[in-house]
Amino acid sequence: MTDTERYDFDVVVIGAGGAGLRAAIEAREKGARTALVCKSLLGKAHTVMAEGGIAAALGSVWPEDSWEVHFRDTMRGGKMLNNWRMAQIHALESPDRVLELEEWGALFDRTPDGRILQRDFGGHRYARLAHVGDRTGLEMIRALQHRAVSIGIDVFMECKIVRLLQDGTGAVNGAVGFWRESGRFLTFGAKAVVLATGGIGKAWKFTTNSWECTGDGMALALWAGADLIDMEAVQFHPTGMVWPPSARGLLVTEGVRGDGGVLKNRDGERFMFNYISPFFAAETAETIEEGDHWYTNKKDFRRPPELLPRDEVARAINSEVKAGRGSPHGGVFLDIASRRTPEEIRRLLPSMYHQFKELADIDITTTPMEVGPTCHYAMGGIRVEADSEATTVAGLYAAGETAGGMHGSNRLGGNSLSDLVVFGRRAGLAAAERALEIPGAPQVSEAQVVDVTRHATSYFDNEGAEDAYAVHRELQETMQALVGIIRIESELLEAKEKLAVLAERASKCAVEGNLQFNPGWHLALDLESMLAVSNCTTLSAIERRESRGGHTRDDYPGFRPEFENVNMITRLVDGEYVVAQEPKPQMPDELAKLFEEGAH
Amino acid sequence: MAIDTGPAPSTAPEPPSDAPPKDLVMHLWRGDASGGRFQEYHVAPQEGEVVLDVVHRIQATQAPDLAVRWNCKAGKCGSCSAEINGRPALMCMTRMSTLPTDQPVTVSPMRAFPIMRDLVTDVSYNFEVAKLIPAFKPGPKDPDGLHRMAQVDIDRGQEFHKCIECFLCQNVCHVIRDHEENKPRYAGPRFFVRLAELEMHPLDTLDRRDYIHEDMGIGYCNITKCCTEVCPEDIHITDNAIIPLKERIVDSRYDPVAWLGRKITGRPTPLRASEARKHTGAAHAQPPAAATPEPGDSA
Repeated sequence: MTDTERYDFDVVVIGAGGAGLRAAIEAREKGARTALVCKSLLGKAHTVMAEGGIAAALGSVWPEDSWEVHFRDTMRGGKMLNNWRMAQIHALESPDRVLELEEWGALFDRTPDGRILQRDFGGHRYARLAHVGDRTGLEMIRALQHRAVSIGIDVFMECKIVRLLQDGTGAVNGAVGFWRESGRFLTFGAKAVVLATGGIGKAWKFTTNSWECTGDGMALALWAGADLIDMEAVQFHPTGMVWPPSARGLLVTEGVRGDGGVLKNRDGERFMFNYISPFFAAETAETIEEGDHWYTNKKDFRRPPELLPRDEVARAINSEVKAGRGSPHGGVFLDIASRRTPEEIRRLLPSMYHQFKELADIDITTTPMEVGPTCHYAMGGIRVEADSEATTVAGLYAAGETAGGMHGSNRLGGNSLSDLVVFGRRAGLAAAERALEIPGAPQVSEAQVVDVTRHATSYFDNEGAEDAYAVHRELQETMQALVGIIRIESELLEAKEKLAVLAERASKCAVEGNLQFNPGWHLALDLESMLAVSNCTTLSAIERRESRGGHTRDDYPGFRPEFENVNMITRLVDGEYVVAQEPKPQMPDELAKLFEEGAH
Repeated sequence: MAIDTGPAPSTAPEPPSDAPPKDLVMHLWRGDASGGRFQEYHVAPQEGEVVLDVVHRIQATQAPDLAVRWNCKAGKCGSCSAEINGRPALMCMTRMSTLPTDQPVTVSPMRAFPIMRDLVTDVSYNFEVAKLIPAFKPGPKDPDGLHRMAQVDIDRGQEFHKCIECFLCQNVCHVIRDHEENKPRYAGPRFFVRLAELEMHPLDTLDRRDYIHEDMGIGYCNITKCCTEVCPEDIHITDNAIIPLKERIVDSRYDPVAWLGRKITGRPTPLRASEARKHTGAAHAQPPAAATPEPGDSA
């Protein structure tokens, strides 16, 4: 038996990015004893990499903006697959959450009259993204981090959660994990658990995601019996770095296009004008002149196609490269140098200037960037109830990228940071309310704890040649090649088979060394999550026989009516991951009216 | 293949005879709190790589238990701080092509912090200091519920907010680099930046000057600018944060005119150290739960 440290809390929040921090703050402020558990040091979560901004209809640049317009943009960007109630809550509450960040010390860029400046982004009708240059995520995580520290939340840093604990009724009542530094196990007793662990980008080869994004929350939820939703919807950000090879996949913010940057092919053509889908034709400029006027006059002109939602732009870049019109390193050109002065570029996009200068030796004030699609975001995730973020398992809540539904089949840029704080707050609130109603201390099952610790350390007893790094590399190549930006049934079925083989191999990984800060062991455990979630993504992708948002099927192009009102639900049943179609919640008439012809 | 090169980091180990000549030669520090040594690794070079790529390749192919802390690999999170050829830097932003190829590249952990394992150090000192900083306390909003600030008034604060908490400035600060005993009474450059950001925030209403002087130990800093030199975000730590803080403290404590002015106008005196603590996280620690077993209870 392994000794474990034991802690009891009302609420345990797993993950300390924007959503986890905001959930913990809310739970603590509602009077719940709250723990915040994270795999990295506090303040290093993937949220720091968010660049462009946080979307909220503050109306400080365009007073015409409103929650209704933001709601409509979000739903259309998600190709109407979004949970309408989440999209509504998000549009209604994000302005308050942005102002709250300012109350906690964030310094957003200002308008000339001293209010919060907002920038243009793809799919947003008005300039809507509050931002700090191109490092908005860092600003947000610091404001939240300082707030969390100042109200005395207990933080468990560099601690990986392996499994959730459940009582006899199935309700979640704790979690088991270990300190990465020492390998020593911890048991948390909890009356409610909030999952806020982010996405699953590390299952793909070219990704903007950091090492932590291994789908832990989605896997923990699955293993506890919860549902995932629309896992086929994976966002490939259109603009990642393509060169040098070691930097391939690194994010190039959409802010470059929001601030006037344009996409060009090898021949210097602004090819996006050739890729305007009928769904967005009415609101997209037809000529370069019209698009250029839009930046300063949104009333009389339509936006340039470079600012179509990300799924549209990523597919267009993919097609240009395939047709042989790409850049030397297999991307296309993103040109801001010819559109803005060097001073403006350095002021608006300091991180991008720095990133290209340091990593590629390219000066973006004089030279176009080479960019191409890179895995960026999971729209799918844990199925939650819109108002409370409760999962389908009692005592378990989820918020942020790890939860699904809010963004439908494609997320608009800027809607992620706002999602984190809007739904992080609601998850923390609901978890605290539940916890404060339950008397006494949580009674965790010692037998479950022993099972988890035994399983986690079993990798040290494995003998043989299987190696976590090699299995991870093959997983990334499999997902990149077979469950990538363009999909087809034969390849998806091949991926399903390969994943089964990889799961078998992963279970036999032999770990060298000891429990103390051992990355090989950590990766073996992260692989369990990545494989479980990759399975669900593949199953959902097979089942959705149409193309919608971040899910593009070569064999089923375009929307198909039989899938219009269907969510893909994946869950674990008798040890097998299975997929089922379930009806999508229907929005009330007064909201549906916002989408009628001519409505804005 | 890893070759044990003995305990002395300064003497270059003999390269193995069977190594291909063009390989990169890396000396990575391996060990834990009880001691360690540099080990030599040979890897084929690849185009455009940074030091962290090479370390990862060694980890994936030769040393699966090599401990290294990293997150974003894009210079945005500040996790992969180390000393590369003796120079403190982020591994993810140091291109291999900028390092001399005629000698091995050494990578060692930050020296100012206790070793956990290999390249990972115990940076908890910084998180403890962070808890002592009196939090931001904004004044009232305008009648329409907004705060208004001019861009020019927040430019300096935004410079400070670029800090990615890599702690390289803490690592090179003479006051603590080789003087563990100073840590309890010295916040270090990262936290002078944080305090300067709060002091210069247009909306903040606290005056932390006495606290910075008495509890944060800014007087120990003798402005050698080592912190500024290693900052990967190019924050002018000494010129823009530390020196202005020192000047403010001098003004408030030793200027008889300012002292008299405060007496006459009735402006609140600066926050004293004892009061400042009321505004820190330490003052808000959560009450213990009714039934929390002692840590260490066996499961």
